[in-house]
Amino acid sequence: MDKKYGVYICTGCGIGDALDIKGISDVAQDEGLAAQTHPFLCGQEGIELLKKDIAEKGVNCLVLAACSRRVNYDVFKFAGCIVDRVNIREGVVWSHPRSEFPALTDEQKQAGTAFDRVQMMAEDYLRMGMARIKKVNLPEPYKQESFTKKILVLGGGVTGMTAALDAAKAGYEVTIVEKTAALGGNSAKWRKQLPLNPPYDTLRPSVVAEKIKAVTAEAKITVKTATEVARIAGEPGNFTVTFKKPGEKIEFDVPYPLPPEMRVDESGKDLNAEQLHEKFLEYNEGRKDILTIDPTGEQFGAVILAAGWRPYAPAEGEFAHLGFGQFPDVVTNYQFEEIAAKGKIVRPSDGKEAKSVVFIQSPGQEDDSDFPYAGSVTSMVALKQAKYVSEDYADGKAYIFYQHMRTPGLSENFYKSMQQEPGIFMTKGEVVGVSKNGAGLKVDAADTLLGEQIQVKADMVVLATGMVPVTVDNPVVNLAYRQGPGFRDNALFDGYADSNFICFPYETQRTGIYAAGGIRRSMTIDESVEDATGAALKAIQCLESVNRGVAVHPRSGDMTFPDFFFQRCTQCKRCTDECPFGAIDDDAKGTPKPNPARCRRCGTCMGACPERIINFADYSIDSIGSMVKAVQVPSEDDYDEPPMRILGLVCENDAYPALDVIGLNKLSYSADVRLIPVRCLGSVNVIWIKDALSQGMDGVFLLGCKHGDDYQCHFVKGSELAGIRMKKIGEALTSLALEVERVAQFEVAIDEYDKIPKIINDFVEMIEGIGPNPFKGF
Amino acid sequence: MTENRATPASGSIMVVGGGISGLTTALEAAEVGYEVFVVEKNPYLGGRVAQLNQYFPKLCPPTCGLEINFRRIKDNPKIKYFTLAEVENVSGGPGAYEVTVRLNPRYVNENCTCCGDCADACQAEIPNEFNFGMDRSKGAYLPFEMAFPSRYVLSPQIIGTEDAKRCQEACKYAAVDLEMTSKTLTLSVGAIVWATGWEPYDAAKIDNLGYGRYANIITNMMLERLASPNGPTKGKILRPSDDAEPKSVAFVQCAGSRDENHLPYCSYICCMASLKHATYIRERYPDAKIFIFYIDLRAPGYRYEKFYKKIKEDKNVFFIKGKVAEVQQAADNHQITVVAENAVTGEKIRQTVDLVVLATGMQPTAAINRPPVSDLCYTEDGFIVNDFEKGGMFGAGCANKPADVVSSNQNATGMALKAIQTLVKR
Repeated sequence: MDKKYGVYICTGCGIGDALDIKGISDVAQDEGLAAQTHPFLCGQEGIELLKKDIAEKGVNCLVLAACSRRVNYDVFKFAGCIVDRVNIREGVVWSHPRSEFPALTDEQKQAGTAFDRVQMMAEDYLRMGMARIKKVNLPEPYKQESFTKKILVLGGGVTGMTAALDAAKAGYEVTIVEKTAALGGNSAKWRKQLPLNPPYDTLRPSVVAEKIKAVTAEAKITVKTATEVARIAGEPGNFTVTFKKPGEKIEFDVPYPLPPEMRVDESGKDLNAEQLHEKFLEYNEGRKDILTIDPTGEQFGAVILAAGWRPYAPAEGEFAHLGFGQFPDVVTNYQFEEIAAKGKIVRPSDGKEAKSVVFIQSPGQEDDSDFPYAGSVTSMVALKQAKYVSEDYADGKAYIFYQHMRTPGLSENFYKSMQQEPGIFMTKGEVVGVSKNGAGLKVDAADTLLGEQIQVKADMVVLATGMVPVTVDNPVVNLAYRQGPGFRDNALFDGYADSNFICFPYETQRTGIYAAGGIRRSMTIDESVEDATGAALKAIQCLESVNRGVAVHPRSGDMTFPDFFFQRCTQCKRCTDECPFGAIDDDAKGTPKPNPARCRRCGTCMGACPERIINFADYSIDSIGSMVKAVQVPSEDDYDEPPMRILGLVCENDAYPALDVIGLNKLSYSADVRLIPVRCLGSVNVIWIKDALSQGMDGVFLLGCKHGDDYQCHFVKGSELAGIRMKKIGEALTSLALEVERVAQFEVAIDEYDKIPKIINDFVEMIEGIGPNPFKGF
Repeated sequence: MTENRATPASGSIMVVGGGISGLTTALEAAEVGYEVFVVEKNPYLGGRVAQLNQYFPKLCPPTCGLEINFRRIKDNPKIKYFTLAEVENVSGGPGAYEVTVRLNPRYVNENCTCCGDCADACQAEIPNEFNFGMDRSKGAYLPFEMAFPSRYVLSPQIIGTEDAKRCQEACKYAAVDLEMTSKTLTLSVGAIVWATGWEPYDAAKIDNLGYGRYANIITNMMLERLASPNGPTKGKILRPSDDAEPKSVAFVQCAGSRDENHLPYCSYICCMASLKHATYIRERYPDAKIFIFYIDLRAPGYRYEKFYKKIKEDKNVFFIKGKVAEVQQAADNHQITVVAENAVTGEKIRQTVDLVVLATGMQPTAAINRPPVSDLCYTEDGFIVNDFEKGGMFGAGCANKPADVVSSNQNATGMALKAIQTLVKR
């Protein structure tokens, strides 16, 4: 694009009162551009002025020195134009009131020895905006050569079938892959299902049969039973999937990364890169590399992971105090359900009627937790199974011992109706022992609502064991990704394939692959059904976004994508390793192969690259680097006591909005800082920091999201990776005889705007204590 | 290009309610490619969660996710939103509804730059509903700092007064329009998602728990506002009677919930909310004693269980299984004595504390304000029962059932697809 620039300065909202507008205009004049001013740029007349310049003068690059880009986003949007918003309202005038930062008096101006910090700030920001707009371009969408809207569903249980049906109803073709010989999953083994609607007192027949019928009748759904996925290669919109029979070994089985114990030699020393590669090939012998595309593979656009859960298998002796493993009539709830599905409830030991059944919700031993992986589902399962007892036997008795009856929300209604059920007895209590009582059992409980110590005779005892997500055993998705075949960080979620984000429950670190049902959390059938519909929507949304060549959440609609200048790549693999979404694969030499449709556009690769060869159309090493270089750094040649110049690279998702609120609330912070918003701290390349210090800036800080187990970083790893890079930069600083304290990273949440001024001011003060950068003026 | 790249359907979707569920449904549908109208009765989007200080169990601020959602709206021309708007009438059926929407006057037009001069000029103060009346705001106000749209509002209470004129005169941008009246507009949509959310159950109705009678008995939602940096106390949790720092706090679980006289169901979030509130108290007062009176502690799912376990490690948090029967106020120092029976030991407990927090539950807004349509089904308590066979209209989030934010968003995402399916059928 042939760029034609226009610079516009709004003088409204106090800007004109606080700043010397002519001085700011002169900044543009230095670049040969005549800035235009307007007292109300976002008003109708102001917008007309801009539109007129676009239409008549052919201006297509507009630098608007006015308010934050977070406001008036709609009025300052012009088709085919690049707009740079120079934030001199919230970022300068509002956050640096003249009451605290007085303007120069006429005498001071004439003397020429004093300086106006706030004016300098505004002028720098305009310089930075003008520098940036020269370096950025309008993005072109990424279009795939081959694209499909077909959806792959892993798992043929209730969740998978529901997701498939819902996607099909919206017009999409779906293939369900089920490992076993038939559709249905775990819940096909149930006798009954929980009630969903008032009056919540009758168990329902399972929806499974109905779902199987609907799936079979749906022309848009293909079912592959006794099949699993050997590998999923490629990217959303264009995944190539290889299927196989369960247990079969084929060449397109995905290679697995080396387990930690194989990454060291006999003496425990780390293997070098070459040795690792050799070991890797050995370990995966007979398997094709991830970059080899299966010519007979099937193409899919998005994947729904609904592979579900397996019943918890207690280790030997794990619940010995409850008689499990010792007495055949002590069973898990899963085993009990299998018995109930076959007919009347009978004892495993002798096939006699089990008319008295004790349900134990918590393993006890002075802990009020339920069994592992219980969620709140097992409370409801116990109520349901207790109801089986009273259904089967008019004189049946079911006893439920719980620590907490976990029937949240409307399921409370079911609990209430079961309380009315004759033959069902429930109490809080800790079961302290299960022992033999003739042909039956007896259960001892303590601290119950019925007495301190009670004993119940039982034909059977049922343990409310939980639902283990299959991702605990197996990655299931078998992604042909260099970062490995499964979802990362499942350990944070106890093995579940869950999202870390409360607001965005379907987020995964693998774009285009959405988990639903029991693989995400222990869920009832109804919860799984609901969850499946959401995952189907996300799969469809990802397809349609890829189709338009734009990013999915959180930069939904972003058309830019990373562009690699391969000639200068040194194959260091950092981009491949650090991408939070596993979007980059590399070949045997280490040359990266980007998969733009997997990318979320955070720029972590750009931040990681030591050769600086990864850039986006509107966000690049050069665009930010030029902003850094545009900052004027006054030295002793200019003033006797020149002010400090400190660069702040701030996360645009959380820290930058918080800074706007600082302005809105008329809080203030040092005027000697220059802030640049970045997509994510992960995108911060250390060259920007080096540039800043080598031009004499006195310090650099990063302001971004919290990391750790409860990370708030929208790109998962960005702020964490930035932290690692900042630690490493310390060595480089020492070699330049610069103090390591000159570079720092701070964590803030979006609502901590009240804390940010102190963070910034303390940092500035600390740098002032260290003294000016010795490179200043060189 | 292997196949036709067009989306399989066309048409518009209306989402009633711009809280977290409504925003989710709207954005998820719009990002598939459909046109969406959001109708919100407040002057801002964000709904109930905008009033929360932090989410459990991550203890992260709701504005973090809201900011991302607002940015998604800004970047997506497919979404149109109306604030201060209410659905007045719906006609037609699935695939072809005509909806009349009333737009109430904001008295501030699109010229508003959010400079705040109107609020500076306004002298009258009105009770701040956003903070449950615990403080007052100017008659011209921004609902909260991160409000979206970031535009001031004039309270109808000052219209016709000198203050309104002062606001108008103070505005340099002709943004204050006192002639603004309510307008209606008609929109044609194929599907309607009711994400009308919930109201905190009115604690004054629970006679035995003393709310409204004793100053130092507050609700859990009030505590959220007290703990928020932008709340009436700027994040300080103080005893209302004398602004003293509380040394002991009691939480009364199931205040109104699981109670046939009030809300028969469990409100899903209150146990987790009180556990979270224990962290608010602990962060500010390392030695304060915290008493949680409960019937069952419901921490559904592995994440919530972990959170509960962490709170249990705090030796100054006491869990008492027992329902609170009555509360008494000391005449001299406004302390409150909570009376309960320990369900396990049977002993009567009298615990005197500085501050009592009632863990009040959620009542669906539709129980109080029914949507103006005849063919929606409700439970006895006012939750919308979805009929997916019929299609066309759906309840999402807490309009459908009591739920936490994660489950509400899961549900709301699914409802976007149900709405799309209605369009496809046509």
